[in-house]
Amino acid sequence: MATMTADQIQSIEERFPQVFQRPFHKRFGPLLLLGGIFLYLLYALWFFNLPQVMRESHWERLPLFLTQWISYDVQPIFRLDEPQITAKYPRFSVLGPDPNPDWVKTNADGSVTILIDGTAKSITFNKTQATIIANGETVAVALGTGKPLISGPVPGWITAHEDEVVADMGFAGEARVAVDRVRLRKRFLGWANFVFDTRSPFFGKSASEVASLIVSGPELKPGTSNLALAGDNIWNNAQWQHGDVWTKLLQTIVMAFLGTMLGGIVAFPLAFFAARNITPSRLVNQVLKRFFDFMRSIDMLIWALFFTRAFGPGPLAGSAAIFFTEIGTLGKVYSEGLENIDDKPREGIKSTGANGLLVQRYGVMPEVIPIFISQTLYQWESNTRGATIIGAVGAGGIGLKLWEAMRTNSNWANVFYMVLLILLVVFIFDNISNFLRRRLSRTIHDYNRIQAEQG
Amino acid sequence: MTLSVTAPSDATHQMADAWRRQTSLRRLYTAIGVGLLIVALGSTMWFADEANAGHFFDRLPHLLDFLSWLVPKDWNDVWRAMFDIASPHDTGTQEFNFPLGRAYVWGSFYVPEYFELMLTTLNVALVSTFIGFVFAVPFSFIAARNLTPHPVLRLIVKRFMELLRAFPEIVIAGLFAAIVSIGPIAAIIAIGLHSIGALGKLFYEINENIDMRAEEGLRAVGANWFERVRFAGLPQVLPNFMSYTLLRIEINVRVSTIMGAVGGGGIGEELKLSISRGFGAKTIALVLLLFTTIFIVDQFSAWLRRKLVGEQAFMMSA
Repeated sequence: MATMTADQIQSIEERFPQVFQRPFHKRFGPLLLLGGIFLYLLYALWFFNLPQVMRESHWERLPLFLTQWISYDVQPIFRLDEPQITAKYPRFSVLGPDPNPDWVKTNADGSVTILIDGTAKSITFNKTQATIIANGETVAVALGTGKPLISGPVPGWITAHEDEVVADMGFAGEARVAVDRVRLRKRFLGWANFVFDTRSPFFGKSASEVASLIVSGPELKPGTSNLALAGDNIWNNAQWQHGDVWTKLLQTIVMAFLGTMLGGIVAFPLAFFAARNITPSRLVNQVLKRFFDFMRSIDMLIWALFFTRAFGPGPLAGSAAIFFTEIGTLGKVYSEGLENIDDKPREGIKSTGANGLLVQRYGVMPEVIPIFISQTLYQWESNTRGATIIGAVGAGGIGLKLWEAMRTNSNWANVFYMVLLILLVVFIFDNISNFLRRRLSRTIHDYNRIQAEQG
Repeated sequence: MTLSVTAPSDATHQMADAWRRQTSLRRLYTAIGVGLLIVALGSTMWFADEANAGHFFDRLPHLLDFLSWLVPKDWNDVWRAMFDIASPHDTGTQEFNFPLGRAYVWGSFYVPEYFELMLTTLNVALVSTFIGFVFAVPFSFIAARNLTPHPVLRLIVKRFMELLRAFPEIVIAGLFAAIVSIGPIAAIIAIGLHSIGALGKLFYEINENIDMRAEEGLRAVGANWFERVRFAGLPQVLPNFMSYTLLRIEINVRVSTIMGAVGGGGIGEELKLSISRGFGAKTIALVLLLFTTIFIVDQFSAWLRRKLVGEQAFMMSA
């Protein structure tokens, strides 16, 4: 490539001033914007006091909580200061009132072996000595001297406190050994007692046993068929509360449906008066449009709080909140849809001498109805998601239940169960709404094509 | 019909009959559809009413009861509440303790409590939208069919964004509230993660519609993936990206208010407290402030979007 002379460079510069001599704001605009964003982020860092919040946060809890979503643990205590070493399970243990798990073994010499993860991670103890096995190492703890004493080197997975030795066995669980008791935690993958809780007569039975009981077994509760009893036990499962969860989920769906539909029904006629090409009065247009803005700008939260006070907590309050917000949102999108229509069909109908209502019915509606339905479906879909959140302030539905389950920080499996149900509902509704909208957009598309063909 | 006036042939009769049949069938379907909708509305209304703590017709006469506590005895209290000025009605109760929330900045100059809370809510919305934008842009280029570096990667990123979008924000907020303590940071993480999914979807749909000739040109001179995206993709889509991001800010201001009410800090928390205790002047001040802010944010964003992409910004604004 030949080098350019200064003259050539000069002439190129003169010919394309829009490239070489751009105005100041175009040249430095992006840079200034980036700088502004950077400064804002610094300010936000200070505003939210992020360094301190991060210092005080407990990130080690995150994996713990996440494992609790899909697992549960059993925490027996073995007292060593009683004549016989016996397991004590907490009340309402997931193992039921009379647990006798096969991972607790009483040996011939009176010692007890607990298999936390097979024999690879286990602990064997009697009143004077405990042997902990994990990660290929064996650690002996002497308990006879009033303090737990480890003989030999202390591996990294064991923490020796003054009065307690803690053996961390990772996901499988942990063992805490003191002179007077051994406290264990064994973790199981899955959800405990998802179908029948510990009070149910079906508890602890295999699927085939339950099936045969239902089909041909003797009545477990006199006067009730086993099928009805099983159904009742599942529905009222104390730990998972299937009945309550499903009812609340239905409430959330109903809130979104009712609010969106009623909002659409009210917004539909109003939109005709708000559209400036259909109602030629500027005053009416403006008043209605500001009304729509008002309904939208008063947030769904404010409506939810007001209606919760008016109707009491429940789905009625939530439906009303979504209804009021949707009047604004749908009114706005409907009237914008109306303002974008083609005027020719209307003129055609008008020229036949039809009255005002008929002009709207045959000149406007065929054009806008698919668009309206499509936008209503879109709102319905997004409200199904939104209804979960406003539920948490007391407006009914699954939101509040979810929030309460989270507050205790112990019910993460229940939270995950509800999350899965919500995801399922959102997925189904997304697909229904997408399918319907695709059908509709084909209608709109066909309509446009026919219009284009006819000129 | 003019057809029947001129000598009607068999063919025209058949046509008219067929048309009539078709119309009546369509009317039947419409009637069935409307009927089903009415049944669905009726039954859901009944269900919502049954499940609610107070029933519709019992509570309806009391619907306007809220005016009794909402309308303040002295309208000046609304301004006093908003700007933290001491009220002559102050008897030491929470309802009139306006000056208590002042945040002193310099000497006796203070930011009124509600403005500071509103600022928190706004900042939560802005920072979380920023997080959403920063992650959504690269994700959207990976997820776009025409620009993806690898189809498998595209599928993974797409599914991940779908999950982020559908995952209830309140659960993420609750989870992080237990980790970083309850407050605005948990809300930022929750809304930010959701924004990644929501913006990412809109962005990759834009990316799939770009003009590919610029990309082909860059490919011809041997540009790598990053350069192709940076110089062929980004300039085409940036105005639309900005427009959707502004839209997202509007949505996020609302969401962060709601998040506030469930413990995310900011104005939502105060509003919930104020309404549930029935503090008239405080509630009106808060609603006014929130309403004005949302209105200003909406109008400003609409103006900016119109400048960026023209009327196109309002085609699907919902």
